[in-house]
Amino acid sequence: MTTIGSIGTLTDSERARLVIHPAWVRITHWINALAMLVMIGSGWEIYNASPLFGFTFPGSITLGGWLAGALLWHFAAMWVLVVNGIVYVVLGLLTGRFRTKLLPIRPGEVIADATAALTFKLRHDDISVYNAVQRLLYVGVILAGVLIVLSGLSIWKPVQLQELTALFGGYDAARHVHFFAMAAIVGFLAVHVLLALVVPKSLRAMIKGR
Amino acid sequence: MPRIRKAIPGVDPKLLVKDAARLMPDPTRRLFLRGGASLGALAMLTGCDIVDSDAAEGTLRRISKFNDRVQAWLFDPNKLAPEYPESAITRPFPFNGYYAEDEALEVDGATYKLEVGGLIDNKEPWTLKQLHALPQVSQITRHVCVEGWSAIGSWQGVRLSEFLKRLGADTRAKYVWFQCAEGYSNTIDMATALHPQTQLSFKFDNQILPRKYGFPMKCRMPTKLGFKNPKYITALYVQNNDAGGYWENQGYNWFSGL
Repeated sequence: MTTIGSIGTLTDSERARLVIHPAWVRITHWINALAMLVMIGSGWEIYNASPLFGFTFPGSITLGGWLAGALLWHFAAMWVLVVNGIVYVVLGLLTGRFRTKLLPIRPGEVIADATAALTFKLRHDDISVYNAVQRLLYVGVILAGVLIVLSGLSIWKPVQLQELTALFGGYDAARHVHFFAMAAIVGFLAVHVLLALVVPKSLRAMIKGR
Repeated sequence: MPRIRKAIPGVDPKLLVKDAARLMPDPTRRLFLRGGASLGALAMLTGCDIVDSDAAEGTLRRISKFNDRVQAWLFDPNKLAPEYPESAITRPFPFNGYYAEDEALEVDGATYKLEVGGLIDNKEPWTLKQLHALPQVSQITRHVCVEGWSAIGSWQGVRLSEFLKRLGADTRAKYVWFQCAEGYSNTIDMATALHPQTQLSFKFDNQILPRKYGFPMKCRMPTKLGFKNPKYITALYVQNNDAGGYWENQGYNWFSGL
């Protein structure tokens, strides 16, 4: 009988299904978390040198101590962020994880799940399947990540990569895009961390895989 | 403190006044790793205590050196910085320095002589009159400050490549080093020195450079951050050793290309 082998033991595909986050997702997730913290902390210090708006970030939550230090951190962590980000996106596309986990995003489901979440009726029994709000937020933050890298390149190299800078509407516009992409990521981070703490098994899954 | 009378688009005048001060390191503290919350979060995540700021700074500086090489590789000697119409010029053009505007040095144009040296054939110093007689070019380009703000200015002067040719400079040398009257100095790569828009500027907006913009001469490089554009130049050397620079030595990236 062909099914005998599966009695009492798990086949590889069943075992794989139990793993919510494969190792490559967990590794790139935590490397990204670290790189993002350094980029945001040093980015705030760089922002403070010439603020776009009428406020600055308190020195106690910035990284680098002064402009030169912040720039050193920023342009070191960018390599970690970009290399790690490329690995993540390429594997996400090749393994089909993006397609199976993050799609489709249907507006009706997003509204229904968002309503359920806000009234504390959203169920978290099976955290291997993302709800519509999660899908929307995860796709959104990946796109914000792409945007922050491209706008960052535009303000770092407005001469050598001037075509890219022009695409953003020029140097000053690219600076604003870079800022708002940061704001979007920080906003995501606040919700993301809060929900990970509210549903601790999701945090455990990102550490242990299941 | 420098006084900015009119608002510069996108630049808060009050903050601009503070810029020079903010750029300066605090001599009493090495602040590379200050920043409690971010650092605390970092330490928690990595499980290690980042207190050895010298080691961290050393690593960061090595990565900055690596970034110099990446930027030199990215630098296209034929790629021109975008040029703008006269209507785009930022007026008044911001003053920025590590000293206040009224402390900017007064150089006497009548006795001024540009010292030239290093790997060149003709080491005769140049008077301002001789410099002004050189073929002049003009550019309206964006000056991008390391702090993030930018402003569009108009500069007239001689191409540095043309000047180097007249000096009989060995353009296979790696660097051009500038010494400035106020004690500033910096070193640039030869590829940037030979870039068609790299200019020894004698005028701003078709007027002889005012004191605050670096009379009698600055080196305008639209392919580099503002602080790599030296003002009040008194000496220029062509050489193979990197003599560093005022800000670079304190941790700002050496290449600082745009």
